[in-house]
Amino acid sequence: MNPLIILILFLTACSGTIWNHPYPRDDSGKNILYNAFAERPKHLDPVQSYSSNEILFTAQIYQPPLQYHYLKRPYALIPQTVDKMPVVQYFDVNGELLPAETDVSSIAYSVYEISIKPGIYYQPHPAFARDDQEAFLYHDLTRKDLREIFKLTDFSQTGMRELLAEDYIYQIKRLAHPRLHSPILGLMADYIVGLREYAETLRKEADAASKDAYFDLRKFRLEGVEWVDAYTYRIKIKGKYPQFIYWLAMPFFSPIPWEADRFYAQSGFAEKNITLDWYPIGTGPYMLTENDPNRIMVLERNPCFQGELYPSEGMPDDIENGLLEDAGKPLPFIDKIIFSREKEGIPRWNKFLQGYYDASGIGSDSFDQAVQLTGQGEATVTEVMQSQGIRLETAVAPSTYYIGFNMLDPVVGGRTKQEKQSARKLRQAISIVVDYEEYVSIFANGRGIPAQGPIPPGITGYREGEEGVNPIVYKWQDGRAHRRSINEAKALLAEAGYPNGIDAKTGAPLVLYFDVTARSADDKSILDWMRKQFRKINIQLVVRSTDYNRFQDKIRKGNAQIFEWGWNADYPDPENFLFLLYGPQGKAGNNSGNNAANYDNAEYNSLFEQMEKMEDSPEREQIIDRMVGMLRQDAPWLWGYHPKDYALYHAWYGNVKPNKLSYNNIKYLRIDPALREQKRREWNEPVIWPIGAGVTVLVLSLVPGVIAYRRRERKVELKRSAA
Amino acid sequence: MLNYIIRRVLYAIPILVGVNLITFTLFFVVNTPDDMARMHLGIKYVTDEAIIKWKQERGYDKPLLYNTEAEGAAKLTSTIFFEKSIAMFVFDFGRADDGRDIAHEIKSRMLPSLAIALPVFLLGLLVYITFALVMVFFRMTYIDFWGIVLCVALMSISSLFYIIGGQFLVGKLWHLVPISGYGNGLDAGRFLLLPIIIGVVGSAGANVRWYRTIFLEEMNKEYVRTARAKGLPESIVLFRHVLKNAMIPILTGAVVVIPLLFLGSLIAESFFGIPGLGSYTIEAINSQDFAVVRAMVFLGSLFYIIGLILTDISYTLVDPRIRLG
Repeated sequence: MNPLIILILFLTACSGTIWNHPYPRDDSGKNILYNAFAERPKHLDPVQSYSSNEILFTAQIYQPPLQYHYLKRPYALIPQTVDKMPVVQYFDVNGELLPAETDVSSIAYSVYEISIKPGIYYQPHPAFARDDQEAFLYHDLTRKDLREIFKLTDFSQTGMRELLAEDYIYQIKRLAHPRLHSPILGLMADYIVGLREYAETLRKEADAASKDAYFDLRKFRLEGVEWVDAYTYRIKIKGKYPQFIYWLAMPFFSPIPWEADRFYAQSGFAEKNITLDWYPIGTGPYMLTENDPNRIMVLERNPCFQGELYPSEGMPDDIENGLLEDAGKPLPFIDKIIFSREKEGIPRWNKFLQGYYDASGIGSDSFDQAVQLTGQGEATVTEVMQSQGIRLETAVAPSTYYIGFNMLDPVVGGRTKQEKQSARKLRQAISIVVDYEEYVSIFANGRGIPAQGPIPPGITGYREGEEGVNPIVYKWQDGRAHRRSINEAKALLAEAGYPNGIDAKTGAPLVLYFDVTARSADDKSILDWMRKQFRKINIQLVVRSTDYNRFQDKIRKGNAQIFEWGWNADYPDPENFLFLLYGPQGKAGNNSGNNAANYDNAEYNSLFEQMEKMEDSPEREQIIDRMVGMLRQDAPWLWGYHPKDYALYHAWYGNVKPNKLSYNNIKYLRIDPALREQKRREWNEPVIWPIGAGVTVLVLSLVPGVIAYRRRERKVELKRSAA
Repeated sequence: MLNYIIRRVLYAIPILVGVNLITFTLFFVVNTPDDMARMHLGIKYVTDEAIIKWKQERGYDKPLLYNTEAEGAAKLTSTIFFEKSIAMFVFDFGRADDGRDIAHEIKSRMLPSLAIALPVFLLGLLVYITFALVMVFFRMTYIDFWGIVLCVALMSISSLFYIIGGQFLVGKLWHLVPISGYGNGLDAGRFLLLPIIIGVVGSAGANVRWYRTIFLEEMNKEYVRTARAKGLPESIVLFRHVLKNAMIPILTGAVVVIPLLFLGSLIAESFFGIPGLGSYTIEAINSQDFAVVRAMVFLGSLFYIIGLILTDISYTLVDPRIRLG
């Protein structure tokens, strides 16, 4: 039979099946969530992990004492492994208990008492496996024992253990572990009593101990944490630090059993990447069962997880959006999550459209294909997306992208009082001319809102409407904010001593320097746009592009003049943004500072110190308003914009409510696998005619060659016969 | 030949030391150990103590090349360069800055890289040589002319276009293969089909023209005229005599790249989601991970040297006149 006919028959027989399915066929129709990740996580040990691409995994596995309510806004903390919110007590220098409403200055330290719920268990793990005599099976392995062990699942036995208060204490001690590098040790050492001294003690002891041996932190007492009973512990904080409660919702304060550290510290484990950084151990709804961060990471339901229910309360529109239909049902809903590594946006996007990823962000390349604006300026999915049942969810991120002025610079910061006043007018003029509405529209596809100050929406201190408008840059007219005119900016510039962009003293044109990290060719248009903004008032902007290290170096030394920066909230408190302009946080000469603009205003500093120790109250809000007002007046930043995240979800994806501060949300999500399977089949029917066409073209293209070959050979044969 | 190989291996040592020194210098001109620590620890809340601790832990607290405070030989040995380089010569690559074992990482990534690179190399060689010979066979005819036009067209298109275009047509429109991904064992085949075809087609233009030029040069030699004079069919002349005699330039280009196939391809692996070694060096440069950069540069140099030695050896196999002494 002709091979072509055989091929066509084979292809016909294969019809009805999907050929481009990127997952094992056995997984079809199962309750699995498919997700993609671009950057491989570096750390999964909660003491070290601090990146958004890592918390995506760690937040599903580890359980700090608190978590954010999934549906309520503004963001609210609720218990996770604790039975009630921690009780805070204040004490004076003599250790006397103070009343709750006491004056901040008399508080020497605060004590948080945290009681966890009994009956919470860790995921099954070989570190807990014991033999008949109750001795640990895998705590004293030799290299010979490890010969057949290459990954965690190669251990045949696992065990379970109940979560205890000592596990939380152990993890707080791990913040100071001399062989781990917790990014928050410096910060927490300022607050947790004795943590700095504890780190120093551990460093000395670790130097004396063998580098490969298990370093048992339980032997060393940390003054700032106290074991009360099996389920209760206390954390002692210097003075009053109300924001500490938010840290209790971060993976840094998750429990780690000492058995895990003991297990992973054995000789030969690290060479096989069998470490806590690679194989986390938690009490959360999911456990990591496959970790190949170059290709795939798999989370599966933790069989020991129990007791958490879907929230029964939310915001008024949550009922309308069907977000409370699962109220009171046990979590999680999804059995397994497969994260596939997709480094490039194009294949990720196409696989989303084929139904192989359940959700997707929107790259600038595919924005027009996915999103359109309604007559009212509201973003919605295009008709093509609608026909596939895809829906759009948007949320403003608690982040600020800004351009900072280095206040130590003589031109934009000023040295003398008079210079400072002139520089302030210069900054105000620039604030008016850099049109962030245009920036967001051109470079972010409208995904962002121009900032009126440092505090993003959703966080106390952010104000809507007229009262939230920055009066230096905008005027409120006809019910909306209008950017002030170029003429007003020019007037401010003249008052600053630069009429029409010329230095009145020297007669030289005003030249300012914009320090940026080395940019790709794609970013050239952004820099050109920025130059154009400054040119509106005849200021020449020179872009000084350098590599990331040199840029950081300039900022640390206070040598930059104007620079780009950004900040993502750690927690939903205005303190986490206002501290970015707190004088003692100045970055120049202070590596751990976060005030890159080196703004230092005595009154602002004083208000900040007052505000950071206050609980949320109308009085605190008044102080925040005053601080924001001062910042707007001084304009140490061009306030930039708050990015708006757009994400697309397929019709089978349920219970989605964007939550930009909480990452442990997968447990609330729901999938309809049957609908997904049906849609995948509809959308991915193989088109087989191109194979037949390709084979035909190939065969036909050979024909002239064969004919020519025969003709030539015949000619040679004839010549030979003639000869 | 054994003497020759031993001599070449000994020559390789100073080359590898030199490459290592250049890599070290270039890396630390751009990145200081402090920069590396900051990159690793993040930019939020990083203290000076944390940076010092990170450097101490990883041995980056010493001078780079010369330790003025040490005594005797320690002036050279108690340096970052010496301590980080010496272990590599016994293939102890150590740990990446994120604590992961580099040798383990390289081993696990090498196979997927090879799974694309080897078929592309072998299939490519077969296809390019065959097409080049066919074009030479039909030289000065319309087949040769249109073949060259096709080659120039294929050469003029960016490799990225083949990848994106191939994914769009075959994966997205026709749904014949997965757009990207990788499977275990035999399941990997359906993921590799498209990247292999694209790899072969994408390099066809330049390679077919290159082999055609080699064969045309051979066609003008006297032994070809003799073979034709003897009345041998053109196909025999080409596929038996010309091909055999053109092996030296073919091997020069082909054998040297064989060891480098292990190192993978950056763009193809990124777009097709192949978990190979292609992006390992770039990712390490971006994250300022000197341990990985130096290991990969060392491996690259080593493989290149092995490739050159293999090329020399292969000459003796195809040309009995060549003796390695």
